Amino acid sequence: MLELRNVSYRVENTEILKDINLKIDDRFVAITGPNGSGKSTLAKVIAGIFVPTSGQILLDGEDITNLSITERANMGVSFAFQQPVRFKGLTVKDMISMAAGEKLSISTACTYLSEVGLCAKDYINREINASLSGGELKRIEIAMINARGTKLSIFDEPEAGIDLWSFNNLIRVFEKMHERTHGTILIISHQERILDIADKVIVLVDGRVDTYGAKEKVLPGLLNVNAGCRFTKGE
Amino acid sequence: MDKIQLSLLEQVADLHEVPEGAYSLRIDGVLYGKRSSENIEIVKKEDKPGIDIIIKPGTKNESVHIPVLLSQTGLKELVYNDFHIGEGADVTIVAGCGIHNGGDGDAEHSGIHSFFVGKNARVKYIEKHYGEGDGNGKNIMNPETVVEIDEGGYMEMQTAQIKGVDSTCRKTTARLKKDATLIVHEKLMTHGEQFAETEFEIDLDGENSGTHVVSRSVARDHSRQKFLSNIRGNNRCSGHTECDAIIMDNASVIAIPEILANHVDASLIHEAAIGKIAGEQLIKLMTLGLTEKEAEEAIVNGFLK
Repeated sequence: MLELRNVSYRVENTEILKDINLKIDDRFVAITGPNGSGKSTLAKVIAGIFVPTSGQILLDGEDITNLSITERANMGVSFAFQQPVRFKGLTVKDMISMAAGEKLSISTACTYLSEVGLCAKDYINREINASLSGGELKRIEIAMINARGTKLSIFDEPEAGIDLWSFNNLIRVFEKMHERTHGTILIISHQERILDIADKVIVLVDGRVDTYGAKEKVLPGLLNVNAGCRFTKGE
Repeated sequence: MDKIQLSLLEQVADLHEVPEGAYSLRIDGVLYGKRSSENIEIVKKEDKPGIDIIIKPGTKNESVHIPVLLSQTGLKELVYNDFHIGEGADVTIVAGCGIHNGGDGDAEHSGIHSFFVGKNARVKYIEKHYGEGDGNGKNIMNPETVVEIDEGGYMEMQTAQIKGVDSTCRKTTARLKKDATLIVHEKLMTHGEQFAETEFEIDLDGENSGTHVVSRSVARDHSRQKFLSNIRGNNRCSGHTECDAIIMDNASVIAIPEILANHVDASLIHEAAIGKIAGEQLIKLMTLGLTEKEAEEAIVNGFLK
Protein backbone atom coordinates (compact mmCIF):
# COMPACT_ATOMS: atom_id res chain seq x y z
CA MET A 1 0.00 0.00 0.00
CA LEU A 2 1.14 3.50 -0.80
CA GLU A 3 0.48 6.21 1.72
CA LEU A 4 1.12 9.94 1.50
CA ARG A 5 0.96 11.94 4.71
CA ASN A 6 0.76 15.73 4.53
CA VAL A 7 2.94 15.83 1.43
CA SER A 8 3.75 19.30 0.11
CA TYR A 9 6.10 20.31 -2.64
CA ARG A 10 7.24 23.83 -3.26
CA VAL A 11 9.40 25.33 -6.01
CA GLU A 12 10.73 28.72 -4.98
CA ASN A 13 7.61 30.52 -3.79
CA THR A 14 5.06 28.38 -5.57
CA GLU A 15 3.45 25.55 -3.73
CA ILE A 16 2.72 22.86 -6.34
CA LEU A 17 1.43 20.18 -3.99
CA LYS A 18 -0.43 21.19 -0.86
CA ASP A 19 -0.83 18.88 2.08
CA ILE A 20 -1.66 15.72 0.16
CA ASN A 21 -3.02 12.82 2.18
CA LEU A 22 -3.77 9.59 0.35
CA LYS A 23 -3.93 5.85 0.98
CA ILE A 24 -3.78 3.85 -2.21
CA ASP A 25 -4.12 0.07 -2.34
CA ASP A 26 -6.67 -0.71 -5.03
CA ARG A 27 -6.00 -2.38 -8.38
CA PHE A 28 -6.47 0.65 -10.61
CA VAL A 29 -6.41 4.19 -9.31
CA ALA A 30 -6.71 7.12 -11.70
CA ILE A 31 -5.44 10.61 -11.00
CA THR A 32 -7.18 13.32 -12.95
CA GLY A 33 -7.63 17.06 -12.78
CA PRO A 34 -7.03 20.21 -14.81
CA ASN A 35 -3.70 21.05 -16.43
CA GLY A 36 -1.31 22.42 -13.89
CA SER A 37 -3.07 20.83 -10.96
CA GLY A 38 0.05 18.93 -9.92
CA LYS A 39 -0.67 15.42 -11.25
CA SER A 40 2.73 14.80 -12.86
CA THR A 41 4.49 16.38 -9.90
CA LEU A 42 2.66 14.04 -7.55
CA ALA A 43 3.75 11.05 -9.64
CA LYS A 44 7.36 12.26 -9.61
CA VAL A 45 7.27 12.77 -5.86
CA ILE A 46 6.11 9.17 -5.46
CA ALA A 47 8.84 7.88 -7.82
CA GLY A 48 11.51 9.85 -5.95
CA ILE A 49 12.34 12.25 -8.79
CA PHE A 50 11.21 15.18 -6.64
CA VAL A 51 11.75 15.27 -2.91
CA PRO A 52 8.76 16.68 -1.03
CA THR A 53 9.30 19.88 0.91
CA SER A 54 7.42 18.35 3.80
CA GLY A 55 5.40 15.25 4.62
CA GLN A 56 5.99 11.53 4.43
CA ILE A 57 5.64 8.80 1.82
CA LEU A 58 5.21 5.19 2.92
CA LEU A 59 5.28 2.04 0.84
CA ASP A 60 3.87 -1.00 2.64
CA GLY A 61 4.38 0.83 5.91
CA GLU A 62 8.03 1.67 5.24
CA ASP A 63 9.01 5.32 5.10
CA ILE A 64 10.52 5.92 1.65
CA THR A 65 10.50 9.73 1.78
CA ASN A 66 14.28 9.99 1.81
CA LEU A 67 15.01 7.03 -0.45
CA SER A 68 16.55 7.62 -3.88
CA ILE A 69 14.87 6.91 -7.21
CA THR A 70 16.95 3.72 -7.53
CA GLU A 71 16.08 2.49 -4.04
CA ARG A 72 12.39 3.04 -4.67
CA ALA A 73 12.63 1.33 -8.06
CA ASN A 74 14.22 -1.68 -6.40
CA MET A 75 11.47 -1.72 -3.76
CA GLY A 76 8.88 -2.03 -6.49
CA VAL A 77 8.01 1.41 -7.83
CA SER A 78 7.85 1.86 -11.63
CA PHE A 79 7.21 5.06 -13.49
CA ALA A 80 6.26 5.50 -17.14
CA PHE A 81 7.15 9.00 -18.28
CA GLN A 82 4.64 11.25 -20.00
CA GLN A 83 7.34 12.10 -22.52
CA PRO A 84 9.61 9.09 -22.92
CA VAL A 85 13.32 9.76 -23.04
CA ARG A 86 15.41 9.03 -26.13
CA PHE A 87 18.82 7.37 -26.01
CA LYS A 88 21.36 7.24 -28.81
CA GLY A 89 22.75 3.75 -29.08
CA LEU A 90 20.53 1.93 -26.60
CA THR A 91 18.12 -0.42 -28.33
CA VAL A 92 14.59 -1.44 -27.47
CA LYS A 93 15.96 -4.82 -26.34
CA ASP A 94 18.58 -3.14 -24.13
CA MET A 95 15.93 -1.04 -22.42
CA ILE A 96 13.47 -3.88 -21.89
CA SER A 97 16.31 -6.04 -20.54
CA MET A 98 17.34 -3.30 -18.12
CA ALA A 99 13.72 -2.93 -17.06
CA ALA A 100 13.40 -6.67 -16.46
CA GLY A 101 16.68 -6.61 -14.54
CA GLU A 102 18.12 -9.48 -16.57
CA LYS A 103 19.26 -10.27 -20.07
CA LEU A 104 16.10 -11.28 -21.85
CA SER A 105 15.71 -13.85 -24.55
CA ILE A 106 14.42 -12.42 -27.79
CA SER A 107 11.19 -14.35 -27.40
CA THR A 108 10.50 -12.89 -23.93
CA ALA A 109 11.26 -9.36 -25.11
CA CYS A 110 8.96 -10.02 -28.05
CA THR A 111 6.12 -10.97 -25.74
CA TYR A 112 6.31 -7.59 -24.00
CA LEU A 113 6.39 -5.74 -27.31
CA SER A 114 3.53 -7.71 -28.84
CA GLU A 115 1.39 -6.85 -25.83
CA VAL A 116 1.69 -3.15 -26.65
CA GLY A 117 0.91 -3.77 -30.29
CA LEU A 118 4.42 -3.55 -31.71
CA CYS A 119 5.74 -6.19 -34.07
CA ALA A 120 8.85 -7.28 -32.21
CA LYS A 121 10.78 -8.18 -35.34
CA ASP A 122 10.64 -4.56 -36.49
CA TYR A 123 11.54 -3.01 -33.17
CA ILE A 124 13.74 -5.24 -31.06
CA ASN A 125 17.04 -3.91 -32.44
CA ARG A 126 15.89 -0.34 -33.07
CA GLU A 127 17.65 2.39 -31.16
CA ILE A 128 15.52 4.47 -28.80
CA ASN A 129 16.40 7.56 -30.80
CA ALA A 130 14.73 10.23 -32.86
CA SER A 131 13.80 7.69 -35.53
CA LEU A 132 10.97 6.44 -33.33
CA SER A 133 7.71 8.37 -33.24
CA GLY A 134 6.19 9.67 -30.02
CA GLY A 135 3.50 6.98 -30.14
CA GLU A 136 6.03 4.19 -30.63
CA LEU A 137 8.08 5.48 -27.71
CA LYS A 138 4.99 5.54 -25.50
CA ARG A 139 4.28 1.92 -26.25
CA ILE A 140 7.88 0.92 -25.58
CA GLU A 141 7.68 2.83 -22.30
CA ILE A 142 4.62 0.79 -21.33
CA ALA A 143 6.38 -2.44 -22.38
CA MET A 144 9.27 -1.55 -20.05
CA ILE A 145 6.95 -1.09 -17.07
CA ASN A 146 5.30 -4.37 -17.96
CA ALA A 147 8.70 -6.09 -18.02
CA ARG A 148 9.46 -4.73 -14.55
CA GLY A 149 6.25 -6.16 -13.11
CA THR A 150 6.44 -4.24 -9.83
CA LYS A 151 3.87 -3.84 -7.07
CA LEU A 152 3.33 -0.16 -7.87
CA SER A 153 3.28 1.04 -11.47
CA ILE A 154 2.68 4.71 -12.23
CA PHE A 155 1.72 5.84 -15.72
CA ASP A 156 1.70 9.51 -16.68
CA GLU A 157 -0.89 9.93 -19.44
CA PRO A 158 -0.19 6.57 -21.11
CA GLU A 159 -2.83 7.10 -23.77
CA ALA A 160 -1.32 10.31 -25.17
CA GLY A 161 0.00 9.84 -28.68
CA ILE A 162 -1.19 6.28 -29.20
CA ASP A 163 -4.42 7.14 -30.93
CA LEU A 164 -4.10 4.51 -33.60
CA TRP A 165 -3.91 1.79 -31.04
CA SER A 166 -7.26 1.13 -29.48
CA PHE A 167 -7.96 1.96 -25.89
CA ASN A 168 -9.20 -1.56 -25.41
CA ASN A 169 -5.71 -2.88 -26.01
CA LEU A 170 -4.21 -0.43 -23.56
CA ILE A 171 -6.76 -1.41 -20.96
CA ARG A 172 -6.05 -5.08 -21.61
CA VAL A 173 -2.33 -4.41 -20.99
CA PHE A 174 -3.18 -2.92 -17.59
CA GLU A 175 -5.46 -5.81 -16.73
CA LYS A 176 -2.84 -8.40 -17.64
CA MET A 177 -0.23 -6.45 -15.73
CA HIS A 178 -2.38 -6.58 -12.65
CA GLU A 179 -3.00 -10.32 -13.08
CA ARG A 180 0.76 -10.83 -12.96
CA THR A 181 1.78 -8.36 -10.29
CA HIS A 182 -1.34 -8.22 -8.09
CA GLY A 183 -0.14 -4.69 -7.38
CA THR A 184 -1.51 -1.21 -7.78
CA ILE A 185 -1.58 0.61 -11.11
CA LEU A 186 -1.75 4.36 -10.76
CA ILE A 187 -2.70 6.15 -13.96
CA ILE A 188 -2.70 9.87 -14.63
CA SER A 189 -5.28 10.46 -17.32
CA HIS A 190 -7.89 12.80 -18.72
CA GLN A 191 -9.57 10.09 -20.76
CA GLU A 192 -13.00 9.01 -19.66
CA ARG A 193 -12.43 5.47 -20.88
CA ILE A 194 -9.30 5.12 -18.79
CA LEU A 195 -11.02 6.65 -15.78
CA ASP A 196 -13.80 4.18 -16.35
CA ILE A 197 -11.60 1.15 -15.57
CA ALA A 198 -10.40 2.69 -12.30
CA ASP A 199 -11.56 1.36 -8.97
CA LYS A 200 -10.93 4.73 -7.44
CA VAL A 201 -10.38 8.20 -8.81
CA ILE A 202 -8.32 11.03 -7.31
CA VAL A 203 -9.19 14.53 -8.49
CA LEU A 204 -6.42 17.05 -8.00
CA VAL A 205 -7.23 20.72 -8.23
CA ASP A 206 -4.68 23.43 -7.66
CA GLY A 207 -2.26 21.08 -5.89
CA ARG A 208 -4.83 19.68 -3.46
CA VAL A 209 -6.84 16.49 -3.37
CA ASP A 210 -10.27 17.77 -4.32
CA THR A 211 -12.00 14.40 -4.33
CA TYR A 212 -10.88 10.82 -3.74
CA GLY A 213 -13.28 7.93 -3.87
CA ALA A 214 -14.86 5.09 -5.76
CA LYS A 215 -15.19 5.72 -9.48
CA GLU A 216 -18.96 5.38 -9.30
CA LYS A 217 -19.12 8.30 -6.90
CA VAL A 218 -16.46 10.57 -8.36
CA LEU A 219 -17.01 10.25 -12.10
CA PRO A 220 -20.59 11.52 -12.39
CA GLY A 221 -19.61 14.70 -10.57
CA LEU A 222 -16.60 15.19 -12.83
CA LEU A 223 -18.48 14.73 -16.07
CA ASN A 224 -21.28 17.09 -15.14
CA VAL A 225 -19.06 19.98 -14.22
CA ASN A 226 -19.85 23.08 -16.24
CA ALA A 227 -16.84 23.70 -18.38
CA GLY A 228 -15.15 27.06 -18.34
CA CYS A 229 -13.19 29.10 -15.89
CA ARG A 230 -14.37 31.90 -13.70
CA PHE A 231 -13.19 34.42 -16.26
CA THR A 232 -15.30 33.00 -19.12
CA LYS A 233 -18.28 32.69 -16.81
CA GLY A 234 -17.97 36.37 -16.07
CA GLU A 235 -17.18 35.87 -12.38
CA MET B 1 53.30 -15.27 -27.67
CA ASP B 2 53.19 -14.65 -23.93
CA LYS B 3 50.05 -14.04 -21.86
CA ILE B 4 50.20 -10.25 -22.18
CA GLN B 5 50.51 -10.45 -25.95
CA LEU B 6 47.67 -12.97 -26.21
CA SER B 7 45.45 -10.70 -24.14
CA LEU B 8 46.31 -7.69 -26.33
CA LEU B 9 45.51 -9.76 -29.41
CA GLU B 10 42.10 -10.54 -28.00
CA GLN B 11 41.45 -6.88 -27.21
CA VAL B 12 42.32 -5.51 -30.63
CA ALA B 13 41.27 -8.33 -32.93
CA ASP B 14 38.97 -10.61 -30.91
CA LEU B 15 41.45 -13.39 -31.63
CA HIS B 16 42.68 -16.07 -29.24
CA GLU B 17 45.48 -17.30 -31.47
CA VAL B 18 47.03 -16.74 -34.84
CA PRO B 19 44.06 -16.26 -37.19
CA GLU B 20 43.00 -18.53 -40.00
CA GLY B 21 43.45 -17.35 -43.55
CA ALA B 22 45.68 -14.49 -44.58
CA TYR B 23 47.31 -12.56 -41.77
CA SER B 24 50.28 -10.56 -40.69
CA LEU B 25 51.17 -10.23 -37.03
CA ARG B 26 53.71 -7.71 -35.88
CA ILE B 27 55.01 -7.91 -32.30
CA ASP B 28 57.43 -5.50 -30.67
CA GLY B 29 58.69 -3.97 -33.86
CA VAL B 30 59.26 -7.15 -35.86
CA LEU B 31 57.11 -9.26 -38.15
CA TYR B 32 56.13 -12.22 -35.96
CA GLY B 33 54.40 -14.15 -38.68
CA LYS B 34 52.46 -13.84 -41.90
CA ARG B 35 50.52 -16.06 -44.20
CA SER B 36 49.17 -15.42 -47.67
CA SER B 37 46.12 -17.17 -49.05
CA GLU B 38 45.30 -18.09 -52.61
CA ASN B 39 43.71 -14.72 -53.28
CA ILE B 40 45.41 -12.50 -50.74
CA GLU B 41 49.13 -12.03 -50.91
CA ILE B 42 51.07 -10.46 -48.08
CA VAL B 43 54.53 -9.20 -49.02
CA LYS B 44 57.06 -7.71 -46.63
CA LYS B 45 58.37 -4.35 -47.77
CA GLU B 46 62.08 -4.29 -48.47
CA ASP B 47 62.75 -0.55 -48.33
CA LYS B 48 60.89 0.29 -45.12
CA PRO B 49 58.98 -1.42 -42.31
CA GLY B 50 55.57 -2.69 -43.35
CA ILE B 51 53.76 -4.92 -45.78
CA ASP B 52 51.90 -4.86 -49.06
CA ILE B 53 48.56 -6.63 -49.05
CA ILE B 54 47.52 -7.54 -52.55
CA ILE B 55 43.98 -8.78 -53.00
CA LYS B 56 43.18 -10.38 -56.34
CA PRO B 57 40.32 -8.98 -58.41
CA GLY B 58 37.05 -10.76 -57.74
CA THR B 59 38.07 -12.14 -54.32
CA LYS B 60 34.85 -12.59 -52.36
CA ASN B 61 34.04 -13.00 -48.70
CA GLU B 62 37.62 -13.30 -47.48
CA SER B 63 39.28 -11.51 -44.62
CA VAL B 64 42.76 -10.41 -43.62
CA HIS B 65 43.96 -9.78 -40.09
CA ILE B 66 46.92 -7.50 -39.50
CA PRO B 67 47.22 -6.82 -35.76
CA VAL B 68 50.18 -5.04 -34.21
CA LEU B 69 51.19 -5.63 -30.58
CA LEU B 70 53.67 -3.70 -28.47
CA SER B 71 54.62 -5.00 -25.06
CA GLN B 72 58.05 -3.41 -24.61
CA THR B 73 58.39 -0.05 -22.98
CA GLY B 74 60.25 2.65 -24.88
CA LEU B 75 59.64 1.10 -28.29
CA LYS B 76 58.81 3.49 -31.14
CA GLU B 77 57.97 2.41 -34.66
CA LEU B 78 56.55 3.71 -37.90
CA VAL B 79 54.99 1.14 -40.22
CA TYR B 80 53.74 1.43 -43.80
CA ASN B 81 50.98 -0.93 -44.90
CA ASP B 82 49.59 -0.70 -48.41
CA PHE B 83 46.36 -2.42 -49.41
CA HIS B 84 45.69 -3.07 -53.07
CA ILE B 85 42.12 -4.26 -53.45
CA GLY B 86 41.44 -5.67 -56.88
CA GLU B 87 38.47 -4.86 -59.07
CA GLY B 88 35.20 -6.34 -57.88
CA ALA B 89 36.64 -7.84 -54.70
CA ASP B 90 34.60 -7.94 -51.49
CA VAL B 91 36.76 -8.33 -48.39
CA THR B 92 37.09 -7.52 -44.71
CA ILE B 93 40.33 -6.21 -43.26
CA VAL B 94 40.83 -6.29 -39.50
CA ALA B 95 43.66 -4.14 -38.21
CA GLY B 96 44.37 -3.01 -34.69
CA CYS B 97 47.08 -2.02 -32.33
CA GLY B 98 47.45 -3.02 -28.70
CA ILE B 99 50.10 -1.59 -26.42
CA HIS B 100 51.05 -2.92 -22.99
CA ASN B 101 53.47 -0.50 -21.46
CA GLY B 102 54.63 -1.51 -18.02
CA GLY B 103 57.70 0.70 -17.95
CA ASP B 104 58.66 4.35 -17.84
CA GLY B 105 59.45 4.90 -21.51
CA ASP B 106 56.82 5.92 -24.03
CA ALA B 107 55.58 3.20 -26.39
CA GLU B 108 54.60 4.58 -29.76
CA HIS B 109 53.12 3.01 -32.85
CA SER B 110 52.46 5.04 -35.93
CA GLY B 111 51.00 3.34 -38.94
CA ILE B 112 50.41 4.73 -42.39
CA HIS B 113 47.77 2.64 -44.11
CA SER B 114 47.13 3.31 -47.78
CA PHE B 115 44.13 1.80 -49.48
CA PHE B 116 43.75 1.52 -53.21
CA VAL B 117 40.20 0.31 -53.70
CA GLY B 118 39.66 -0.96 -57.21
CA LYS B 119 36.66 -0.50 -59.47
CA ASN B 120 33.44 -1.80 -57.90
CA ALA B 121 35.38 -3.35 -55.02
CA ARG B 122 33.98 -3.39 -51.49
CA VAL B 123 36.07 -3.23 -48.35
CA LYS B 124 35.14 -3.30 -44.73
CA TYR B 125 38.03 -2.05 -42.63
CA ILE B 126 37.90 -2.54 -38.86
CA GLU B 127 40.51 -0.96 -36.64
CA LYS B 128 40.72 -1.09 -32.85
CA HIS B 129 43.21 0.68 -30.66
CA TYR B 130 43.83 -0.32 -27.09
CA GLY B 131 46.40 0.48 -24.45
CA GLU B 132 47.18 -0.82 -20.97
CA GLY B 133 50.00 -1.08 -18.45
CA ASP B 134 50.77 0.51 -15.13
CA GLY B 135 54.09 2.15 -15.92
CA ASN B 136 54.61 5.88 -16.21
CA GLY B 137 55.40 5.62 -19.92
CA LYS B 138 52.77 6.85 -22.33
CA ASN B 139 50.95 4.74 -24.92
CA ILE B 140 50.94 6.71 -28.14
CA MET B 141 49.32 5.85 -31.45
CA ASN B 142 49.26 8.02 -34.52
CA PRO B 143 47.45 6.26 -37.34
CA GLU B 144 47.21 7.77 -40.77
CA THR B 145 44.87 6.37 -43.37
CA VAL B 146 45.04 7.32 -47.00
CA VAL B 147 42.18 6.13 -49.17
CA GLU B 148 41.69 6.19 -52.91
CA ILE B 149 38.49 4.68 -54.20
CA ASP B 150 38.08 3.96 -57.88
CA GLU B 151 34.79 4.10 -59.81
CA GLY B 152 31.92 2.31 -58.07
CA GLY B 153 34.12 1.27 -55.16
CA TYR B 154 32.87 1.18 -51.59
CA MET B 155 34.75 1.35 -48.32
CA GLU B 156 33.43 1.20 -44.81
CA MET B 157 35.79 2.11 -41.98
CA GLN B 158 34.99 1.26 -38.38
CA THR B 159 37.50 2.61 -35.94
CA ALA B 160 37.42 2.31 -32.19
CA GLN B 161 39.69 3.57 -29.45
CA ILE B 162 38.07 2.93 -26.14
CA LYS B 163 40.75 2.57 -23.54
CA GLY B 164 44.30 3.22 -22.51
CA VAL B 165 45.74 5.31 -25.34
CA ASP B 166 47.34 8.40 -23.84
CA SER B 167 47.84 10.35 -26.98
CA THR B 168 46.56 9.87 -30.46
CA CYS B 169 46.53 11.88 -33.61
CA ARG B 170 44.53 10.18 -36.30
CA LYS B 171 44.39 11.49 -39.82
CA THR B 172 42.29 10.13 -42.63
CA THR B 173 42.43 11.50 -46.15
CA ALA B 174 40.33 10.16 -48.97
CA ARG B 175 39.75 10.79 -52.64
CA LEU B 176 36.69 9.34 -54.33
CA LYS B 177 36.01 8.77 -58.00
CA LYS B 178 32.70 8.40 -59.82
CA ASP B 179 30.02 6.46 -57.90
CA ALA B 180 32.45 5.71 -55.08
CA THR B 181 31.34 5.66 -51.43
CA LEU B 182 33.17 6.03 -48.14
CA ILE B 183 31.44 5.40 -44.83
CA VAL B 184 33.25 6.08 -41.57
CA HIS B 185 32.10 5.14 -38.09
CA GLU B 186 34.48 6.33 -35.43
CA LYS B 187 34.15 5.55 -31.73
CA LEU B 188 36.38 7.17 -29.23
CA MET B 189 36.63 7.37 -25.48
CA THR B 190 39.29 9.27 -23.60
CA HIS B 191 39.89 9.35 -19.87
CA GLY B 192 42.50 10.50 -17.38
CA GLU B 193 44.79 13.07 -18.97
CA GLN B 194 44.51 11.63 -22.49
CA PHE B 195 44.45 13.61 -25.68
CA ALA B 196 42.92 12.50 -28.96
CA GLU B 197 42.79 14.36 -32.22
CA THR B 198 41.01 13.01 -35.23
CA GLU B 199 40.97 14.61 -38.63
CA PHE B 200 39.17 13.73 -41.83
CA GLU B 201 39.85 15.27 -45.18
CA ILE B 202 37.72 13.91 -47.98
CA ASP B 203 37.62 14.95 -51.62
CA LEU B 204 34.52 13.94 -53.51
CA ASP B 205 35.95 14.22 -57.01
CA GLY B 206 33.72 11.87 -58.97
CA GLU B 207 30.14 12.28 -60.07
CA ASN B 208 27.70 10.68 -57.62
CA SER B 209 30.39 9.98 -55.09
CA GLY B 210 29.32 10.10 -51.48
CA THR B 211 30.58 9.98 -47.95
CA HIS B 212 29.13 9.69 -44.50
CA VAL B 213 31.44 10.36 -41.55
CA VAL B 214 30.01 9.65 -38.12
CA SER B 215 32.08 10.18 -35.01
CA ARG B 216 30.79 9.36 -31.55
CA SER B 217 32.98 10.14 -28.62
CA VAL B 218 33.01 10.32 -24.86
CA ALA B 219 35.50 12.51 -23.02
CA ARG B 220 35.92 11.82 -19.30
CA ASP B 221 38.09 13.08 -16.45
CA HIS B 222 40.58 15.70 -17.67
CA SER B 223 40.91 14.33 -21.18
CA ARG B 224 40.84 16.48 -24.28
CA GLN B 225 39.52 15.75 -27.77
CA LYS B 226 39.68 17.55 -31.05
CA PHE B 227 37.58 16.58 -34.05
CA LEU B 228 38.24 18.07 -37.47
CA SER B 229 36.44 17.11 -40.61
CA ASN B 230 36.66 18.66 -44.00
CA ILE B 231 34.58 17.41 -46.89
CA ARG B 232 35.08 18.95 -50.29
CA GLY B 233 32.43 18.41 -52.94
CA ASN B 234 34.13 18.83 -56.30
CA ASN B 235 31.37 17.31 -58.43
CA ARG B 236 27.74 16.25 -58.17
CA CYS B 237 28.05 14.39 -54.87
CA SER B 238 26.73 14.04 -51.35
CA GLY B 239 28.63 14.37 -48.12
CA HIS B 240 27.59 14.23 -44.51
CA THR B 241 29.75 14.64 -41.43
CA GLU B 242 28.44 14.20 -37.93
CA CYS B 243 30.28 14.56 -34.65
CA ASP B 244 28.45 13.70 -31.49
CA ALA B 245 30.28 13.95 -28.19
CA ILE B 246 29.38 13.33 -24.59
CA ILE B 247 31.44 15.44 -22.25
CA MET B 248 31.92 14.44 -18.61
CA ASP B 249 33.83 15.59 -15.54
CA ASN B 250 36.46 18.20 -16.47
CA ALA B 251 37.03 17.13 -20.05
CA SER B 252 37.24 19.38 -23.07
CA VAL B 253 36.02 18.74 -26.60
CA ILE B 254 36.36 20.83 -29.72
CA ALA B 255 34.60 19.96 -32.98
CA ILE B 256 35.41 21.74 -36.21
CA PRO B 257 33.36 20.47 -39.12
CA GLU B 258 34.03 22.09 -42.46
CA ILE B 259 32.32 21.57 -45.80
CA LEU B 260 33.32 23.08 -49.08
CA ALA B 261 31.22 22.96 -52.25
CA ASN B 262 33.06 23.49 -55.52
CA HIS B 263 30.13 22.32 -57.62
CA VAL B 264 26.54 23.50 -57.79
CA ASP B 265 25.24 19.94 -57.35
CA ALA B 266 27.36 19.15 -54.35
CA SER B 267 25.07 18.46 -51.40
CA LEU B 268 26.94 18.70 -48.12
CA ILE B 269 25.81 18.64 -44.53
CA HIS B 270 27.67 18.94 -41.28
CA GLU B 271 26.41 18.39 -37.78
CA ALA B 272 28.24 18.66 -34.50
CA ALA B 273 26.86 18.30 -31.01
CA ILE B 274 28.63 18.26 -27.67
CA GLY B 275 26.84 17.89 -24.37
CA LYS B 276 26.73 16.11 -21.08
CA ILE B 277 24.48 13.13 -20.42
CA ALA B 278 20.94 14.46 -20.14
CA GLY B 279 19.58 14.39 -16.61
CA GLU B 280 16.34 12.83 -17.78
CA GLN B 281 18.26 9.92 -19.32
CA LEU B 282 19.89 9.19 -15.97
CA ILE B 283 16.56 9.50 -14.17
CA LYS B 284 14.85 7.14 -16.61
CA LEU B 285 17.42 4.41 -16.05
CA MET B 286 17.35 5.00 -12.30
CA THR B 287 13.59 4.39 -12.32
CA LEU B 288 14.47 0.99 -13.81
CA GLY B 289 16.59 0.22 -10.74
CA LEU B 290 20.06 1.28 -11.91
CA THR B 291 22.23 3.45 -9.67
CA GLU B 292 23.36 6.79 -11.09
CA LYS B 293 26.80 5.32 -11.83
CA GLU B 294 25.34 2.24 -13.52
CA ALA B 295 23.00 4.45 -15.54
CA GLU B 296 25.94 6.57 -16.69
CA GLU B 297 27.87 3.47 -17.75
CA ALA B 298 24.86 2.04 -19.60
CA ILE B 299 24.38 5.32 -21.50
CA VAL B 300 28.07 5.61 -22.41
CA ASN B 301 28.31 1.94 -23.43
CA GLY B 302 25.18 2.23 -25.56
CA PHE B 303 26.43 5.42 -27.17
CA LEU B 304 29.75 3.80 -28.11
CA LYS B 305 28.34 0.39 -28.97
